[in-house]
Amino acid sequence: MFRQVKHIREKYLEENMWPSIFCQGCGIGIVLNCSLRAIDKVGLDIDKTVFISGIGCSSRLPGYIDADGLHTTHGRAIAFATGVKLANPELDVIVFTGDGDLAGIGGNHFIHAARRNVDMTVICINNYNYGMTGAQLSPTTPIGGFTMTSPFGNIESPFDLSALAIGAGAPYVAKWATVYPQETMMAIKKGIEKKGFSFIEVLTPCPVGYGRKNKLKDGPENLLWYKKNTIGRSRYEKFSDEEKLKCGKIVIGELRNVEKPEFTAEWFKLVDEVYVE
Amino acid sequence: MRTEIRFVACGGQGIILAGVIFGEGAINDGKNAVQTQSYGPESRGGAARAEVIISDEKIDYPMVIEADFLIALSQPGYDKYIAEIKPGSTVIIDEDLVDADKPPVECAFYKLPFAKTADRLGNRIVMNIIMLGSICSITGVIGKEKLLKAVKSNVPEKFLELNIKAFNEGYKIGQQTVKQKNINKK
Amino acid sequence: MKKQKTSFKIKARYKPSRPFTKDDFNRVRRVLGKKVMFAQGEIAISYGGLLAGCRFFAGYPITPATETAEMMSFLMPKIGGVCIQMEDEIASIGAIIGASRSGAKSMTATSGPGFSLMQENIGYAAMTETPCVIVDVQRSGPSTGQPTEGAQGDIMQAKWGSHGDYELIALSPSTVQECLDLTIEAFNLSETYQVPVILLTDGIIGHMREKIVLPEYEDIKFIWRKETSAPKDKYEPFKDDGTKIPEMSTFGAGYHAYITGLTHKESGYPSTDNQADHDRLVRRLCDKIRINSEKIIRVERDFQDTSENKTTGIISYGVTSRTVNYIVKQLRQTGLEIDHLRIITNWPFPENEVAELAERVDRIIVPELNLGQVCHSVKEAVAGRCEVVPVWKTGGLIHTPQEIIDVINRKAD
Repeated sequence: MFRQVKHIREKYLEENMWPSIFCQGCGIGIVLNCSLRAIDKVGLDIDKTVFISGIGCSSRLPGYIDADGLHTTHGRAIAFATGVKLANPELDVIVFTGDGDLAGIGGNHFIHAARRNVDMTVICINNYNYGMTGAQLSPTTPIGGFTMTSPFGNIESPFDLSALAIGAGAPYVAKWATVYPQETMMAIKKGIEKKGFSFIEVLTPCPVGYGRKNKLKDGPENLLWYKKNTIGRSRYEKFSDEEKLKCGKIVIGELRNVEKPEFTAEWFKLVDEVYVE
Repeated sequence: MRTEIRFVACGGQGIILAGVIFGEGAINDGKNAVQTQSYGPESRGGAARAEVIISDEKIDYPMVIEADFLIALSQPGYDKYIAEIKPGSTVIIDEDLVDADKPPVECAFYKLPFAKTADRLGNRIVMNIIMLGSICSITGVIGKEKLLKAVKSNVPEKFLELNIKAFNEGYKIGQQTVKQKNINKK
Repeated sequence: MKKQKTSFKIKARYKPSRPFTKDDFNRVRRVLGKKVMFAQGEIAISYGGLLAGCRFFAGYPITPATETAEMMSFLMPKIGGVCIQMEDEIASIGAIIGASRSGAKSMTATSGPGFSLMQENIGYAAMTETPCVIVDVQRSGPSTGQPTEGAQGDIMQAKWGSHGDYELIALSPSTVQECLDLTIEAFNLSETYQVPVILLTDGIIGHMREKIVLPEYEDIKFIWRKETSAPKDKYEPFKDDGTKIPEMSTFGAGYHAYITGLTHKESGYPSTDNQADHDRLVRRLCDKIRINSEKIIRVERDFQDTSENKTTGIISYGVTSRTVNYIVKQLRQTGLEIDHLRIITNWPFPENEVAELAERVDRIIVPELNLGQVCHSVKEAVAGRCEVVPVWKTGGLIHTPQEIIDVINRKAD
């Protein structure tokens, strides 16, 4: 176990960037851990892997990885990633984003890349608020949630990001939480191996931001909230309709895994057909 | 030798294509040409205008200042631009689509059967090509084969024969017009 | 652990921007067709891009710039490049920046409203020193304005549209041939200075048809960014080697470069709390262009070296140069002496060249298709040496020769 930790740290982490900016109890570090282990398990050539992100705490992750990284503008990571991938299809593109970056300002790029099915792995760290700017309301804040821009409790309905990804056409969609690190890692591994737009949503605690304002206590209690309020998809699907209605828990697991023509492959198929020697 | 030609018509009559072909013909003939256009958002009806400047030298001002030739295939187009016509220029209208008396300015004025000829050939759509054929012989600024080459490369292949015929008919009409003008002069 | 590669092997028919050999160039020539053509400005721009080695185009439909995107969607797959219609203009400019870092010469085309949307990412391209070409086919504004009518209303926006301190390059073609030639030039400048370059054309030249002659391989220069050959553990993506221009690396070459829009050190890593780091960075970004402005600026002088008592000079750019060329010839025939300075590089602004003209004349006429943009830069460069007389026209029609002649004659009394 320790050998593996040392191996991951030495191979993938950018030494000069530590200590990180993340708060005590932040779940983003766990997502980084899962992602790097997934990459290692897949056996990706790190020289041919590009990490792309937008703006936010989640989007800081590429800076901590010793690899090519592109830290772009708020919400636009996926658009940049489309260019990076198409201009050199040999690269593996991994996008780190947050709930606000992806589904707020970045919503349009998210749904179109899913629709086109451009080969990339999008890891969305969903902590129910805009953490970096001081815990404001985000498109995934639960109803009644207290944030800096919903001081009386959120009155808006939130997105179900995974449902949005499925609706937009993403062929691989998985939803986990940081309390399930093994499953999160395996989902990311599968997403990377999948040729197509892979979307992995990871519910993550933000104790200093959302957590503190919503009486989700620090550390283990905050994590336990996720354990208590989530239910695996396979178990959920066995419920009767009535049980499903009464359930009230967040359904997690591998939510979609289908085969679909992938954009890069389809484009170069077209090139093959019309190319002029 | 700067020659300014202004074509006006209704949207859908192919006047802009005519302007493009005319300009391309000039390039084929080793001259310089600039073609511009304006039209409304409607694809049929509305006003359409194409302008072509042809010169042996470099062309600076790219639009018509005072047209040497005004060709009008629609009444509103004619009404709008006839006011700007200068002495010594040539005005050509379609005898059926435009109703007009000779303008008060000293100019050559012809009413030609473009629409009628197109109908005779079986399709009104080639009216603009017939007109180009006539313009070719009337203006004399582009060699016939060079302009015909431009026609050929701008029309769909399956209508090539029809368009060549239309062009040649138009050319003949123009030749007769010039002959008649010379006879009238004497 | 089984080693598993997930990505595709690039198919043989994908052609990267580099190397760009004579064979590659001639392949593009074969696809484009004849050497001499009668074509629109926008088509000439797409041809210029492909002949310069552009292999990635991303755009969004907008009047009057659609022809460039349509031609690219038709030609790009034939030469083995990528053309994608993105979901909006912001995505388009994002994609071309990403593609550029992945090793493709990349380009987008838009008009006023789209150009406004792109500004944040243009600032990002300037901050991250990513080469790319943005074509703005200017149309009458503000806002939706007159979509089908040309104008010259985005000149200031091209330089000042994004926030903060940065410099970039903008070029204005005056003929359809220049649309082709200056697109090639735009790519070369972009690669040399690692900066976004704006091609400021307008709806008139964009849609006008004129003769174009395609260049031969020997006629053009193919410039590729200064790439690093530093050892991987010593490489710093934003280090100044004395030229103010860093050594770039391409994603996938093993350099592990971190590219961010945050203020960063030479290593690429963020340094937002350090005043000295920020100052050093933005000064270098600006100096990179400013100290090289002599090499970058292009103007055309049509000066008369006649008497000392010349009163009139005139400055033009883009489509107004066509009218000005015409009247200058006419006016000289009537005996008026007039110097004509045609600006090709709107940014960096040719202040020395304008000052030189101001020394020779009593007044400079500045016709523009807007309510005053370049005339302000002219006034600044003139610094009181002579009068500056703007001639503004809006609504989509270009100045008639008489309109400018009237202004010149009126003032001469």
